[in-house]
Amino acid sequence: MTVLADRPVTHEHEHEHHEGPTGLLKWLTSTDHKLIGMNYMVTSLIMFFLAGIMALLLRTQLSSPSSSFLSFQQYNALFTMHGSLMLYLFAGPFAFGGLANYILPLQVGAPDMAFPRLNALSYWLYLGGSITMLLGFLVAGGAAAYGWVAYAPLSLVQYSPGSAPDLWILGIALTGFSAIFTAVNLVTTTFYLRAPGMTMFRLPIFTWNMLVTAILILIAFPILTAAMVLLFADRHFGTHIYSTAGGGVPVLYQNLFWFFGHPEVYILALPYFGIVTDVIPVFSKKPLFGYKGMVFATMAIAALSTGVWAHHMFTTGVVLLPFFSLLSLLIAVPTGIKFFNWIGTMWRGQLTFTTPMLFCIGFLFAFLMGGLTGVMLASPPIDFATHDTYFVVAHFHQVLFGTAVYAGFAGLYYWYPKFFGRMYREWMGKTHFWLLTIGFWATFIPQYILGLWGMPRRVASYPANLGWQALNVVSTIGAYVIGISFVFLLVNLWVSWRKPIPAGDNPWDAHTLEWFAASPPVHHNFERLPPIRSERPVWDYNHPDARTITHGGAASNGHGNGHGQLAGTATGVGADTGDKE
Amino acid sequence: MRIEALFLLGVAAFFGVVGLFYWFTAYEQGGFVMLVGTTILGFLPGSYYLWWSLRMKPRPEDRTDATLEDGAGVIGAFPSSSIWPFVLGMGLFLMVLSIVFGLWLIAPGAALVVSAVIGVTVESRRGGTI
Repeated sequence: MTVLADRPVTHEHEHEHHEGPTGLLKWLTSTDHKLIGMNYMVTSLIMFFLAGIMALLLRTQLSSPSSSFLSFQQYNALFTMHGSLMLYLFAGPFAFGGLANYILPLQVGAPDMAFPRLNALSYWLYLGGSITMLLGFLVAGGAAAYGWVAYAPLSLVQYSPGSAPDLWILGIALTGFSAIFTAVNLVTTTFYLRAPGMTMFRLPIFTWNMLVTAILILIAFPILTAAMVLLFADRHFGTHIYSTAGGGVPVLYQNLFWFFGHPEVYILALPYFGIVTDVIPVFSKKPLFGYKGMVFATMAIAALSTGVWAHHMFTTGVVLLPFFSLLSLLIAVPTGIKFFNWIGTMWRGQLTFTTPMLFCIGFLFAFLMGGLTGVMLASPPIDFATHDTYFVVAHFHQVLFGTAVYAGFAGLYYWYPKFFGRMYREWMGKTHFWLLTIGFWATFIPQYILGLWGMPRRVASYPANLGWQALNVVSTIGAYVIGISFVFLLVNLWVSWRKPIPAGDNPWDAHTLEWFAASPPVHHNFERLPPIRSERPVWDYNHPDARTITHGGAASNGHGNGHGQLAGTATGVGADTGDKE
Repeated sequence: MRIEALFLLGVAAFFGVVGLFYWFTAYEQGGFVMLVGTTILGFLPGSYYLWWSLRMKPRPEDRTDATLEDGAGVIGAFPSSSIWPFVLGMGLFLMVLSIVFGLWLIAPGAALVVSAVIGVTVESRRGGTI
């Protein structure tokens, strides 16, 4: 039944009793953003593990020269599906469908997402699209085998016959619509359902980043869907948009794809930056250093990311090298601001190295390495030399592993007590982190060297006399160590399910509004709300006597004397005179 | 509301400038069209929000000094359970599969889609039950 959600008022709210369907019917009919977010998370983690197993098969093939572990066609299909599952079905949906769906309404103080039924629809479209793409393994000819980018003319019907490529294209179209619907929901929720006093410049950075990500999704995904429809028309309806045979332009596909594809990289990165920006202040016991700098850096990264698509196409010879090179290099500036602020937040803080904090620090190193090699690749001379080698493979794996895996699992451990009201086992989380870190660096550092030696990407076999085997073996062992590290995650979840340790509502003494709700949050989220007088309402409420920390962060975010001085009382009006919006 | 409007208009302004620059420097038109489309994406809602923000009082969530009592009252209607999103999603899923596995799948797919559209409309008019 529909509930007219009342705005919760402090201390005088009667919890409305909610009765709804249970069991399977609840799963099918729920429009609660928490359940949908959990569905998204579970589905995308299944996709992550499937794609991880594919990666292990690929690395096994490459561990010896001229290996016959997989046939060439199987190898091509596996790297295509590895990339597609990781990028389209794990990294994006885990962030904007899973974590954001669950956390964003809580962080802004809303009872649910703005359009709950649209939210449910986007999950079912995502599930349908995932199944459609995976069905490719079951049809004759095997799964799509043209790489996750599906460049024309390789993806046209004469080079990729069979129905699996069609399933791949249709799966992308379905998940694309699901992403667009979720983005509409996230923007509307952020604009219209904030709690009183939660101005835009008091939103947690995770919410800010999700807002910017949602705008990026609205810019990028329609173009991907259009490119896929045109590709489908070329395959089946006799058009020649991407094939030179009928006067079409194959490079048009690359333009369309990368106009989606590069913003997609930031759709996969910005939410995870948001997680890191929320976690680091909590475990440093300090407010975020440079709040507004973070917000504007996020916007700058997003804006620039949409103007750099053709840096993936330098070697086609038909793009404007200086334009795309300049904009690509410029992205390093706002990203550098973010790094500066993260380090500034940790500087002289009281650090506690819990599992989420360790994963965030792991993210800083991984993303720094990936980002710096990205700056190298933005320079056309270096790009011409390393294009389509393992150098590029190592670069984007370090970027995406840094964000989606390190920061993504930081978010999972950080919010796990909120999701279930119980703690994970700390020692297993730390073991997960250290094994992951060893495996991660052992996997990708050799790939940089192999790339500089000239090993091309997307090859299933290499001759023995080139001396590439030793480094490939190191890389394969690293990949297996990564695989083993995730056993600790699964065992951890299992143990915490069987033998729960109650966590309480706010085990981390965290700052943002979701930690004011019960763990797990009740139906429609909040029975009461604290007064919101800064970007750290829960901290202010719990520490009314806290001394104001004055450092660069306070000066730069304009909140001056505001932090936690009068905010503990319900009449904290006018506490922060520095706030002008 | 003002900040939301400026945020969206900022999207339009940035892509307008980049689009102009691209038109005069690059050798292809596809990217220019996409940049113009993105400019419109920011301009349409942004100008609407700006228009309203100049005509309305700041909402409680726009004011730094708002108390919870300022925002008391009904926020909106949130349907708490509905079967129709699932039906609509599965209908679209079947219709997509029909392209590969045979056009006969369109029949059940379209039936599900149509029933979901009717169902969700009726549900909204009744005030919503499953």
